[in-house]
Amino acid sequence: MRLAYYPGCALHGSSNDYEQSLRACLGKLEVEPQEIKEWICCGATAAHALNHKLSIALPARNLALAEQQGFEDMLAPCPMCSMQLLKAAKLMDEDAGLRREISAVIEAEVSGHVKVLNLIQVFQRIGLDRIKPAVKTPLADLKPACYYGCLLTRPPDVVKFDDPEQPSSLEAIMAVLGAKPVDWNYRTECCGAGMTMAKEETVLDLSQRILADAKQHGANCLVTACPMCHVNLDMKQGDIEKRYGERFGLPIYYLTDLVGLALGISREELGIDRHFVT
Amino acid sequence: MALGPYGSRHLPLLVSLYLVRKITIGSRVVSCTARHMAPAFVTPTETTVPVESLASENASCSVLTEILAPTHWTDCYQCGKCTAGCPVAAGVDMAPNQIVRALQLGNFEKAMTSDVIWTCVSCQTCSTRCPQSVDCAGIMDALREVSLRSGLASPEQKTVVAFQQAFLNNIRRNGRLDEIELIAEFKLRALPSERSLRFLFKDAGLAPQLQKRHKLHLRGEKVKDRAVVRRIFERCGDGKHA
Repeated sequence: MRLAYYPGCALHGSSNDYEQSLRACLGKLEVEPQEIKEWICCGATAAHALNHKLSIALPARNLALAEQQGFEDMLAPCPMCSMQLLKAAKLMDEDAGLRREISAVIEAEVSGHVKVLNLIQVFQRIGLDRIKPAVKTPLADLKPACYYGCLLTRPPDVVKFDDPEQPSSLEAIMAVLGAKPVDWNYRTECCGAGMTMAKEETVLDLSQRILADAKQHGANCLVTACPMCHVNLDMKQGDIEKRYGERFGLPIYYLTDLVGLALGISREELGIDRHFVT
Repeated sequence: MALGPYGSRHLPLLVSLYLVRKITIGSRVVSCTARHMAPAFVTPTETTVPVESLASENASCSVLTEILAPTHWTDCYQCGKCTAGCPVAAGVDMAPNQIVRALQLGNFEKAMTSDVIWTCVSCQTCSTRCPQSVDCAGIMDALREVSLRSGLASPEQKTVVAFQQAFLNNIRRNGRLDEIELIAEFKLRALPSERSLRFLFKDAGLAPQLQKRHKLHLRGEKVKDRAVVRRIFERCGDGKHA
């Protein structure tokens, strides 16, 4: 599978453990995503909150670069990035004038034929039936709370992925790995996202509810595909415990961590030892 | 009282609309007419309170109505589903449905100065669940953008504004995010409103923790062609965020 890789800023910044895990895991499945040369930031919340045009132009530039570099499929493991890329593609699909305008702004033609995939879609494309026989160490002791967060499934008309209220794609992967995902309430609730620095109390508050509900429903870990969710639930877990006087001790795994462990990759190779809660 | 094509049975409705506008808008009203903003409520009679207005408000109104157009904001019938699912609604000055209502009543300034637009975490739950397909999260984006341009951002929310501005400045300079640079610029920008050394150094303790985990990058990545990034920002009307 020839696959463009749009890491986004988080995976090249403090969430570089996600990239390590992703490369180790996909490599084992013989998928080598190729980083898009000269990719730029998608603009994230700052762009869509402060400058609508910029929030289309920045992702559009990356779509154009992927096209120029001959890719047809593009993995954006961060749900914020993938949503922004898909939104820009959708808006330009619906409005030829906007496509022309944005092409001029970004100094590159963007036809919109590159398909943006989130991480779960890449596993689906590899095929769960292909992953199943490759499982060496079934995760029989794991009872993960599958946490989708906001942007994997929302807004549904943009991302067109799974069910925004009752998603099941992560649970399906967990079942293939031999884990027993728990049924819980906060699968699609928000962790506070990019407010980690600017409004810490919002993040602590929202993330506490997620951890508490997961724990209450018998989860012994949580699995996510989002670098921001990971920061808020893993790095901030100690602060949450302090603030609410409640002990969670819930390891937070990236999806690729658990697939990787089941495929027989070590914790160190996946970078799990670099998480805060281990 | 001339009620135009409306009979006396419409009187209570007209009076209550007038009162609601009086109460929510107060003495200083944005200059757009109700006819312009809220087709769902507009009557051929003149229900708008005449107001003295500022030229800048005129400009922000027309910019706002333009950006708001794709959000279907006039279709809201106040079921409250957006607010029911909003993770931050409990602690804000105006709930999402109240923001949409304020817009429909022509009270743009009240919406643009509200705290909630900066407390909103853009989780998209409101837009996803709306039975009328109102893009409430898109409304929040539009309000933030125009409120910032018009200098109406709530002073209580300066810290969030500072963060988003520092973020965009960083991308403008480097093409990709430099986390340490972002934190430094954010702290300096927000310091005048936070006014505490604790705020300034609060996250400093994280550095060794991140360092230990090889998550700290003293020098962030930069794209080679940064000039094109700057040109993209300029063409999008985004100068340096002062």
